Amino acid sequence: MGLLSYFKKQKQNSALAAKERLQILIAHERNAHHPHAPDYLPNLKSELMSVIRKYIEVSEADVNVQYEEGHQCDVLELNIILPEKQD
Amino acid sequence: MSKVVVITSGKGGVGKTTTAASIAIGLAKQGHKTAVIDFDVGLRNLDLIMGVERRVVYDFVNVINGEATLKQALIRDKRADGLFILPASQTRDKESLTKEGVESVIEELKSEGFEFIVCDSPAGIEKGAYMAMYFADEAIVVTNPEVSSVRDSDRVLGLLQSKTRKAEQGDVVKEHLLIARYSPVRVDEGDMLSLEDILDILAIPMIGAIPESGSVLQASNRGIPVILDDKSQAGQAYSDVVARFLGETVPHRFLEVEKKGFLQRLFA
Ligand SMILES: Nc1ncnc2c1ncn2[C@@H]1O[C@H](COP(=O)(O)OP(=O)(O)OP(=O)(O)O)[C@@H](O)[C@H]1O
Ligand SMILES: [Mg+2]
Repeated sequence: MGLLSYFKKQKQNSALAAKERLQILIAHERNAHHPHAPDYLPNLKSELMSVIRKYIEVSEADVNVQYEEGHQCDVLELNIILPEKQD
Repeated sequence: MSKVVVITSGKGGVGKTTTAASIAIGLAKQGHKTAVIDFDVGLRNLDLIMGVERRVVYDFVNVINGEATLKQALIRDKRADGLFILPASQTRDKESLTKEGVESVIEELKSEGFEFIVCDSPAGIEKGAYMAMYFADEAIVVTNPEVSSVRDSDRVLGLLQSKTRKAEQGDVVKEHLLIARYSPVRVDEGDMLSLEDILDILAIPMIGAIPESGSVLQASNRGIPVILDDKSQAGQAYSDVVARFLGETVPHRFLEVEKKGFLQRLFA
């Protein structure tokens, strides 16, 4: 890899990192401001965290509990980003 | 039919006033009777950007308090027929804006035949910003390609969907995203959020992107809204925004890196 493309790669990471951080944060905030989101969500999340951590090493940001109001039914979505495989 | 349009953002300094000034001029130049109101009570700036600071006698708060009539307070723009500016008060604070007061001014403008009432919101999500958006039919949310600005825009979108009169009536405020200070070169380098990134996250239709341009500063220095500088890319991009706002289909411009020079090609 040439020096120039090395720097280019570094920079690409910064916009990409920005996007990823925003997506997580905003999903989180939309939840928090959701007028009808059940108030057990924060507790549910922290209890889920402790169960998940028994089996997988994940950080707070890797677990996303999302509440969506639908027309017919409401959806509770649990998203866990698994750690990358070590090789 | 009159339309109330709020220019809002959450985060400060992203280009709301620049946008409000240019869009107001653009709409008037297209033959629409337009009023532009500065809601930034205590930090008025629209008058400066529009170059009418020496003609301010009465302001928005004077009208709300009945200390002046709307006619006395409106400043007629000399460059665009049918454009009037209502400056903010410099000495009061945002608490002087009451819902009833703002509503009465907007209603009077409507009855005077104004087709567009453009509201330049202050930064933040406090009283001033709330008053600027409350009566809106449409909103132009100004965002910079930068994390904190995008996050704040998302907050503001939430408020538009819940804290406006339209929302309270079960109706929706039509939302447009305007990305200001866009720099294709920096996006190309991977150093700036791209339009696609921002649209992905905020998920509202984009009315245009204004390139980062030195002519915006020059325009403010002179008190001539940048849309009147038809040689500048920012000015042309604002003209496109106005056309799109009026329902025309106009292709986006200035979103790609310009043709590279010899040296840049050598190192690419
Ligand atoms: N497209 C652009 N290119 C370069 N500079 C810009 C551009 N748009 C805005 N600016 C600059 O950004 C600064 C802030 O602009 P402006 O006052 O319009 O923002 P604002 O959102 O109204 O700020 P506030 O939140 O304080 O009311 C100004 O110095 C302006 O010249
Ligand atoms: Mg401003």
